[in-house]
Amino acid sequence: MHPALSVILFTVSSGAGFGMLALLGLAAAVQPQEAPAGAVIAEFAIAFALTSFGLLSSTFHLGRPERAWRAFSQWRSSWLSREGVLAVASYPAALALALALLGLLPPQWIRPAGVATALLSAATLISTGMIYASLKAIPRWSNPWTTPGYLALGLMSGASMLHAFSRIYDAMSGVEPAGAASGWLTLALLLPALAIKLGYWWSIDHAAPRATIESATGLAGRGPVRQFEAPHTADNYVMKEMGYRIARKHAKKLRRIALALGFALPALLVSGSVLTPGAVGAASLSLLAAAAMLTGLLIERWLFFAEARHVVTLYYGAAAV
Amino acid sequence: MTSLPAPGPKKLGLVIDLDTCVGCQACAVACKEWNDGGVAAPLPDHDPYGPRPLGLWFNRVHGYEAGEGRRARTVHFPRSCLHCEEPACVTVCPTGTSFKRAEDGIVLVDENLCIGCKLCSWACPYGAREYDYDSGVMKKCTLCIDRIYNEAVDERSRIPACVNACPTGARHFGDLGDPASPIATLVAERGGVELMPELGMKPVNRYLPPRPARMGEGTADAPEALAPVVPAEPDRGLLHWIDRVLSR
Repeated sequence: MHPALSVILFTVSSGAGFGMLALLGLAAAVQPQEAPAGAVIAEFAIAFALTSFGLLSSTFHLGRPERAWRAFSQWRSSWLSREGVLAVASYPAALALALALLGLLPPQWIRPAGVATALLSAATLISTGMIYASLKAIPRWSNPWTTPGYLALGLMSGASMLHAFSRIYDAMSGVEPAGAASGWLTLALLLPALAIKLGYWWSIDHAAPRATIESATGLAGRGPVRQFEAPHTADNYVMKEMGYRIARKHAKKLRRIALALGFALPALLVSGSVLTPGAVGAASLSLLAAAAMLTGLLIERWLFFAEARHVVTLYYGAAAV
Repeated sequence: MTSLPAPGPKKLGLVIDLDTCVGCQACAVACKEWNDGGVAAPLPDHDPYGPRPLGLWFNRVHGYEAGEGRRARTVHFPRSCLHCEEPACVTVCPTGTSFKRAEDGIVLVDENLCIGCKLCSWACPYGAREYDYDSGVMKKCTLCIDRIYNEAVDERSRIPACVNACPTGARHFGDLGDPASPIATLVAERGGVELMPELGMKPVNRYLPPRPARMGEGTADAPEALAPVVPAEPDRGLLHWIDRVLSR
């Protein structure tokens, strides 16, 4: 599958943003109390910036972006539409939560707004995963690892962002680091995310092919079928969009880079930031961790597209997909 | 509405005979010509006479080799929308652009609603949807809906342009939902197959498999290779004399 930059930016950025919102909502639901105004404003502003940047960049690959509002209409059948509806519905819930945490709304609003924010944000992450997992024509996406992957990677990167900005807030406000909870949370969310990503890669490397050139052409039972001549002499839309291929050796290297930047390095840096006594050191380590993680996730997301093969390539010479 | 309608009795579709298709591309050209002026018009071409032409077509004729050795044969394989009973291209559409008609099962695109997100082309296993880079919307085979119901067209020609153009009668159009229809009978007689049934889209169109190659025992007794004109034995006669003279 062709890895469109706008879709990669969208899923990584809005994944981290909705991950942040889900965790902020969960924290407020568990411990409903007002928070320092600076921290609340910073955390929610960054989360909204990430989700909004993601949602805007997702419209860049549209042929007719001025009609994008129509995408909210088909939530009964389409995961893409559901994602749009849930993403937009997360905004008022998160805004109400932020206002309640600031004391601008009654404190009894904190818990329900937190629950709503957490549920809507997590549901947005799940529906992003379901867009891909529901496409039977792309066997490497329609497997049980895809949707948990989007949820786990979103929560992991959201936790890392929250950790970074709470450390930076501590450093800037001159208070000693209040607690290392966000660091431990990042590490705790990193492990399942890593396990799911490794499981996804193992699964796509070992899955049996879903369709063959024989079943695609209806010529099964006559011996092997090969492409003899293509219907056209140059590429067409189908080949450009669905026929994107990547050499296996690059995939292996890129997977290692994604693992190092997205998981190993952030784990080390976050651990360092938890153990470092100084506020400034902790802030810089946790910021580096978040930057490395997002970079690693951009590579991971690029691979998610580039390694996925579409069954339509069977008509253009692939033997099995 | 991209939720699928309750399945109706009528399932209009195509049956393509892989035995008689000669790969002449007439169906592809006729499709391009009709639809470049029909409801889905235009079907743009970019750089048509340059080194990297890129064009939008609803019908493309592939060529495959099936089998090995003497029984191998080439198969010409026209590929277009199969108007599936459970088309994933319709249900993934976020805008209501893609829809399946309840009355005849034709899968269509309402270009006035399309945002060009391309998700339907990802969902289709058969590569039936192509993107119009000029107008930013998705386009696809309409089963020539503007021909088959068009009262301005001569009654005999109210069939899809590809079927109308086929010089070998390899393309058939009709109601595959009616088991008594000529096209459904043909499918039953010739063992017509579904493409990639494992993906669960329940395509309506059927492909008639190539008949076995006629060779060897039980056929018209044709020799495998031409016998020499000059018998090897006995070494006499006019042709042998000419052969000896010319060989000196």
